[in-house]
Amino acid sequence: MKVNRTWVRTALPLAVVGAVVLGACSGGSPSGSGSAASAGTGSGLSADLLGAGATFPDPVYQEWIGGFVGTEPGVNITYEPIGSGGGVEQFIAQSTDFGGSDAFMKDDEITAAEQARGCSVLHIPTVFGAVAVAYNLSGVEGLTLNSDTLVKIFLGGITKWNDPAIAALNPGASLPDEDVIVAHRSDGSGTTSIFTTYLDHESADWSSQVGKGKEVSWPVGVGGQGNDGVSAAIAQNDGGIGYVELSYAIENGLSVASMVNADGNAIEPTLESTAAAADGITIPDDLRFNILDVGGDGYPIAGATWILAYTCGYDAAKADALKAFLTWSLENGDSIAESLLYAPIGDSLQARSLANVARINEGG
Amino acid sequence: MLSGAAVLVVLGLMIGSTTLDSLPVFFSQGISFLTGTNWDPGASRTEITGTYQAWVFIYGTLVTSLIAIVIALPVAVGIALFLTEVAGHRLARPLIYMVELLAAVPSVIYGLWGLHFFAPVILKPPANAVSDALGFIPIFAGPVISFNFFFAGVVLAIMIIPIITALVREVFTAVPDTDRQAGFALGATRWEVMRSIVVPRSRPGIIGATMLGLGRALGETIAVALLIGGGTAINFSIFQQGETIAAKIVNTFQESTPEGIDALIALGVTLFAMTIVINVAARLIVRRLGDVSGEAVA
Repeated sequence: MKVNRTWVRTALPLAVVGAVVLGACSGGSPSGSGSAASAGTGSGLSADLLGAGATFPDPVYQEWIGGFVGTEPGVNITYEPIGSGGGVEQFIAQSTDFGGSDAFMKDDEITAAEQARGCSVLHIPTVFGAVAVAYNLSGVEGLTLNSDTLVKIFLGGITKWNDPAIAALNPGASLPDEDVIVAHRSDGSGTTSIFTTYLDHESADWSSQVGKGKEVSWPVGVGGQGNDGVSAAIAQNDGGIGYVELSYAIENGLSVASMVNADGNAIEPTLESTAAAADGITIPDDLRFNILDVGGDGYPIAGATWILAYTCGYDAAKADALKAFLTWSLENGDSIAESLLYAPIGDSLQARSLANVARINEGG
Repeated sequence: MLSGAAVLVVLGLMIGSTTLDSLPVFFSQGISFLTGTNWDPGASRTEITGTYQAWVFIYGTLVTSLIAIVIALPVAVGIALFLTEVAGHRLARPLIYMVELLAAVPSVIYGLWGLHFFAPVILKPPANAVSDALGFIPIFAGPVISFNFFFAGVVLAIMIIPIITALVREVFTAVPDTDRQAGFALGATRWEVMRSIVVPRSRPGIIGATMLGLGRALGETIAVALLIGGGTAINFSIFQQGETIAAKIVNTFQESTPEGIDALIALGVTLFAMTIVINVAARLIVRRLGDVSGEAVA
């Protein structure tokens, strides 16, 4: 079952790429032109765009590309999901037109990119992802955890499910005297980065002992490759607990824990609570931000993914096509994103994303 | 001649460029690269800021390969004996095809099959039983984690059995029939002929075949990456998680920082060096044994 779904997830973007290529080959079909009312598209743009980067948003980018190219047959866009690290490197090396990354660029990366290009880097948030804490504990539904217990579990301090710290958060639940078996990603991943950034921010113990990043030195637990490997590790061990992408957890119906956020509310991970996560946070002008200290109805373990572009150096046709594509995607892409289980970024941030899109190639 | 030179050039370029890329890592870490157990990549674009100590991965590579060989060698020799000494042509032919078919299965298939079926359904119950009965011995200590050295080693064994079987079968076939008939004439049973004539005469070839299998096991990547469990510390129990060099590289290169990639290349150089050492050792062993039994196979 799980394998099949994973294969579908992998195969889908391939199929979409195939469709795009076929569409481009058969090109010139006039059906799309003029039908799009928004963003001044359908105006006979013609350009080839190449992007590369994060794998996490790849399914939604492929759908956006498919949808946009349907209205602008003259534009050919390729997004290669080579990973955020590679995406940033290719972007700095200017071998792509735009980059994709689950982590915003660091200062020295931006310096390197701006020196090479001679103008500024733009960060354009596209969708939110959340990381769900999945567990396998027969007879226990709707587990609630907070950052303290989560840190202790992943540091190896809590080894039994009937630990008083977990019991205090789950009055009424019959927690068994079972070993906690921790599962984590064994591959480098933006999911790990979001998860460890949250733990690192919440706990001084965690930041001194483990830290944050796409791969960390886990004190306890077994590593699985990808969401599929982690979920297999959870499913195959009674008492298993681990973290997976929210979309993967929803698709596969995993039991997920509610997390207590900064306002003390226990929030279930859903698309709505992910979208609500960014409501209360302050986002700086350069749109580089982590989603931390989430309150209200927001689910606290979430992060954004970005498209990277430059303020100069594109030829006019490319710049117009890239701006049209990103504008179309941000304005019309929410329902596609939601159907693929990504959380839209919300109106206020969307407006700021669009403002950055408008700055693409402003320096010519 | 020309193609031989081409191979040398490619090999030389490979060794040269990878060693050059990884030199800063080796220099900054010193001997602790081989002996330490903390792998904590930094994020720099220009220098080495992280800690890169590979003993966990070297240890995992050796342990999984050892488990694979311990399982695969007797099985492969058994299959080869059956095919050459016991089974008639009519039975041997389809069996040979089937064993060779095992070699044609892509390793990612072995990995996914192991992850979702073979390890949890077939291997876990006996592993639990062994761990319950013999758990007082450190290498069998429980609990049995869902990904571990043992599961990775068994799947590796299945992957290298075809190679070893094919080579060992060739060696057995090369044993002169007159030797066998001499054995039978002296009143030896079929089993005695195999044990005292066929296998001893083939020993250098068997060792050579084992080393080739070992080479494959050391470098196998994706199937191991799916089943080894991404351990970050040394576990002595074979039922607990670990990590191999090849699995570490394939798991993390995609999301690595520039300095992290240099460190992964350094891991690759280390694996390459390990393979060379093992191959040279095998050559020496084969040569010695060849001298003793008066022939030089392989």
